Amino acid sequence: MAINFENALGIHEDAMRFRAKRASILANNLANVDTPNYKARDMDFKTALDNKMNAHGKPLELATTHNSHREAKGLLEDDGGLLYRTPEQPAIDGNTVEEHVEHAKFMENSLDFQTSFTLLNSKFKGLKTALRGE
Amino acid sequence: MALGNVFNIAGSGMSAQSVRINTTASNLANAQTASSSIDETYRARKPVFAATYNKAMDLGAPQVNADSEAGVRVMGIVESDAPLQPRYEPHHPMANEEGYVYYPNVNVVEEMTDMISASRSFQVNVEVMNNAKQMVQRVLTLGQ
Repeated sequence: MAINFENALGIHEDAMRFRAKRASILANNLANVDTPNYKARDMDFKTALDNKMNAHGKPLELATTHNSHREAKGLLEDDGGLLYRTPEQPAIDGNTVEEHVEHAKFMENSLDFQTSFTLLNSKFKGLKTALRGE
Repeated sequence: MALGNVFNIAGSGMSAQSVRINTTASNLANAQTASSSIDETYRARKPVFAATYNKAMDLGAPQVNADSEAGVRVMGIVESDAPLQPRYEPHHPMANEEGYVYYPNVNVVEEMTDMISASRSFQVNVEVMNNAKQMVQRVLTLGQ
């Protein structure tokens, strides 16, 4: 009876991957805080979660009704959650980065990352305990 | 690895802001550099920022699409075309025949606010990098 890591670790691995990706997007917003016409971006957790949950019935999958039909791999699945932020006070140079907002989101995201990490770590600890059988 | 990307992004932000601080320092240092002709007078310099994207990464691996942004870069440094300040100072060693000396178009107040803004932005990038470092260090302890 093999251990299925996908089942054992649950959603935490994907959550961590999402948080890491989001950290780089928010870091990019903060790096471009003075770039004219730069539009702040962010990822939506709900969209990413929905994409993950519907992974079996992909929304844009093409039907293959013939042997020579190729499987179409859409890029949308990974990009689905990447959106543009609506600024509260847009700047006159076309930049929509609001430093305080991005900063707060970045901190929130890194705390969420820690949460996911702790949960994932406890999964590993659980597995270890089960293997030892003490 | 998305977290490794944070270091590059924050690093690009830091170098862009340090260029900005450098130009500000140059402008402030030359704020009183007088000259006898309009062409030779120092003009305030301003860096122009632009966001960068690494499109090349999109080709092979679609999963890096989401973080294809790769920070900020300095597109170039432009000289301000604000009018210079001619002053009537006939005893100045650089004065021309009519007794005028040209002073740079550096606005000291503007430069000071620019400096504060640049150093704050630099600080934010440092903080982001520190935070990413903590996240990576934490991941390295996974399973311990």
